[in-house]
Amino acid sequence: MKVRAQIAMVLNLDKCIGCHTCSVTCKNVWTSRDGMEYAWFNNVETKPGIGYPKDWENQDRWNGGWKRRKDGRIEPKQGGKWRILANIFANPDLPAIDDYYEPWDYDYAHLHNAPESKAMPVARPRSAISGERMEKIHWGPNWEEILGTEFAKRSKDYNFEGVQKEIYGEFENTFMMYLPRLCEHCLNPACVASCPSGAIYKREEDGIVLIDQDKCRGWRMCVSGCPYKKIYYNWNTGKSEKCIFCYPRIEVGQPTVCSETCVGRIRYLGVLLYDADQIEKAASVADEKSLYQAQLDIFLDPYNPTVQAEARKAGVPDAWLQAAQDSPVYKMAIDWKIAFPLHPEYRTLPMVWYVPALSPIQARAEAGQIGMNGIIPDVGSLRIPLKYLANLLTAGDEKPVRLALERMLAMRAYMRAKVVDGEVKEDVLKAVNLRIDQVESMYRYLAIANYEDRFVIPTSHREYASATYDAFGERGGCGFSFGNGCSPGTDKTNLFGGKKVTTRRAIPIRVEPPTKA
Amino acid sequence: MSYLDTLLFGVYPYLAGAVFLLGSLARFDRDQFTWKAHSSQILNNRNMRLASNLFHVGILLLFLGHFVGLLTPPEIFHALGVSAGAKQVLAIVAGSVAGLMCFAGLTMLVQRRLTDPRVRATSTRMDIFILLLLYAQLILGLLTIPVSLMHLDGHNMLNLMAWARNIVTFDPTEAVAALGEVGLLFRLHLFLGLTIFLVFPFSRLVHIWSAPVTYPFRSYQVVRQR
Repeated sequence: MKVRAQIAMVLNLDKCIGCHTCSVTCKNVWTSRDGMEYAWFNNVETKPGIGYPKDWENQDRWNGGWKRRKDGRIEPKQGGKWRILANIFANPDLPAIDDYYEPWDYDYAHLHNAPESKAMPVARPRSAISGERMEKIHWGPNWEEILGTEFAKRSKDYNFEGVQKEIYGEFENTFMMYLPRLCEHCLNPACVASCPSGAIYKREEDGIVLIDQDKCRGWRMCVSGCPYKKIYYNWNTGKSEKCIFCYPRIEVGQPTVCSETCVGRIRYLGVLLYDADQIEKAASVADEKSLYQAQLDIFLDPYNPTVQAEARKAGVPDAWLQAAQDSPVYKMAIDWKIAFPLHPEYRTLPMVWYVPALSPIQARAEAGQIGMNGIIPDVGSLRIPLKYLANLLTAGDEKPVRLALERMLAMRAYMRAKVVDGEVKEDVLKAVNLRIDQVESMYRYLAIANYEDRFVIPTSHREYASATYDAFGERGGCGFSFGNGCSPGTDKTNLFGGKKVTTRRAIPIRVEPPTKA
Repeated sequence: MSYLDTLLFGVYPYLAGAVFLLGSLARFDRDQFTWKAHSSQILNNRNMRLASNLFHVGILLLFLGHFVGLLTPPEIFHALGVSAGAKQVLAIVAGSVAGLMCFAGLTMLVQRRLTDPRVRATSTRMDIFILLLLYAQLILGLLTIPVSLMHLDGHNMLNLMAWARNIVTFDPTEAVAALGEVGLLFRLHLFLGLTIFLVFPFSRLVHIWSAPVTYPFRSYQVVRQR
C-alpha cells in the first residue's frame, strides 16, 4: 500500500444556478492574457448541449482519455508512445480554435472617438487573434446558454446515448441542468501520459496536476490526450496551460477562486487518501460500468488505524490525516455515495466529483403529476432522465445514480417531516439505507453548507512545501513571472523571440470622417 | 577573391558554429520559457497534416543525408565498393526525393504563414524570416541538382566533402583550398546553410534540440515530489 493524499472537489449540481461567477473570477485571475482569451480553466455548460469545445464528450471524434487494449493494459486513446511521436509534426486529434471559438473584443474606443454622424456609433467586434473585423460571430464560449440554439444541434450531446431523445425537444418535456467544468486533476491523467517532454506532472503531496512552463515545448499532445479538453494551447507563448487548482491558495489553506466565489455554495474541497499502487489496476478494469466502483475501492478509510500508520510512513502529515477525516468530499463520495466522477469511462480516475441534479420535482409531485414511491417522489419520473445522468456520471449505470437521488429526496422528506410536522420518519431512511446521523449530516453539508464545512483544506506542511514557508528561498524573488527571473530586460526586443508580456497588441482603428450629404 | 573565400568559408563556419552552440546554451539556461516549437496548428488546421509532415520528414531526411554524405570519409565508402560517381548518383536521387517532399510541404507552409490572417498576425518577424531562409536554402539546394547532373564523376562532391571534413577537423586553410573550383550556386548554398546555424538559437528552430526521443522509454505517469 502506498498512501497518497489529494485535495479533491465535489460540485453539487442540484444547487448550481449557472451564474458563471466561478468562470469569471477564474478568468480574471488566471487567463485574462494574450493567447488565453479563448481558454476557460473553469466554464459552465448548459446541458443538454455539445459543450465547449464543441462535442468534447465524443471521444470517437477527439480520441481523448485511455483505451483498454485486448491484453488488458491501457494506453492513451490517441495512441501509444510511438504513435504519439509519429503524430508530433501535425496532431490529427487537435481541436482548432474554431472548435472552441474565435475570441473577440469590441472597439469600445470608437464609442468615445467617433465623429459626429447620422447613425449611432457602434462598438464592433474584432478578433483578438488577428485583430480583423468579425462580421458575424458564429460561436462563443457559452453559445448554448440556457438551451440556446435549436434542439437538433444540442441533441448531439453524447449523454443522450440510449435515451429516446426526441421527446425532450418538445417544449413541455424539455429539461436542462448546468455543468460547471474544470480540470479533474485525475489520478491517472491522460495528459501527463501524452506529454512527450514530461513537462506535466502530478504533485505527490496534494495531487494537483501542473504543467512546467519552462519544460513544455509545445508539442500539444496533452490537448488531445485530455478527454475533458481542459488543457489549452496558448498561441502567444507556444506553451500549453491548464487549471492549476489555485495551488498558491490551496497551499496556504484557502479554497480555489472558483470555490471561494461560488454564490450557490455548491463547491466542496477536502482531502481524500488513496492507494497509489492500485491506480493502474483500477483504471484497467474490463467493464466500463465497474470503473466507478473500482475508483471508490482505491480510496482509503481515514479512520482505519492501518491506513493511518501507512500514511504516516508515506510522509502524510497528521494535519492532513485529520483533514481527511473531516473531509466533506469523503462524506459525499464514499460515505453517502451521492457524488460521482465525471465520465469514469475515460479511465482517467477524475478527482472532481458531482452530485447529480434533482429536477424541480417536489412541487410537481404534490400536484399529482408524477408518481410517488411511498412518500418520496418516484425518481424514474424526474424531468432529467436518469439514463442521461448515468451516461454523464457512471458510464451508463443507473443504479448508483438512482440511489443517490433517492437519498437526497429521502433527506428532504425526512427533514420536512421533522421540521414542519415535528415527526421523525425513520421508514423513509430505511428505504434508502441511511442512518439518522448520516441524514442530518447530509442536511448540514448540502442545505446549510457552511464555509468551514465546505472547505477543509490543511495548509501544506513545512516539510512538504519549504518554499511556502521558507522566506529565505523566496528572498529576491518576484512572484509569478514568465521566465527569465524578475528581469523583463530593458531592451524593446527580446533576443530569443519572447514577446513582452507587459504590452498588449492593440489594433489602431481608423475613423472615417463623416461624408457630407 | 581568396580573402573573401577565407572569410566566408574559413572563418564564418566557426563564427556560426560558436553562436549556434553558445547561443543555444545561453537561451536554454536563461530563457527556457521561450524554448518551444511554437506550433500554430490550433489557429488553422487546414492541410496541416500533409504540409507539416511532408516538410518535417523531408527536411529530416535532407539533414541526415547531408550529415552522412558530407562527413563520411571517402575511404569508407570506397572500401564498401562504392565509387564517388555512384555515391553522387545516390545523393542526387535521395536528395531529389526528400527535397521535393520538403519543397511541397514548405511551399504550403510559407503560403499559410504569409496569407492566413490569424497565423500572419501572430507570427514574429523571426518566424517569417527563418521560414523564408529555409525556403531559399531549399530552392538553392534543388537548383544544384541539374548542375550536378552535368558532371557525374563525383569530383565536385569530393571537394565539398573535403571542405566539410576540414572544417570539422579545424583545418580552415585546407578547407578553403578544397573549395577552389566549386561553383557559385554551391557556395551560396553553403553560405545560407551556415547562416541557418547562426540564427538558429534566436529562432524557433531550437525545438530541434528538444526532440522528445526519451519519451517512449519513460513510464506514462510523472509524479513530482517537493
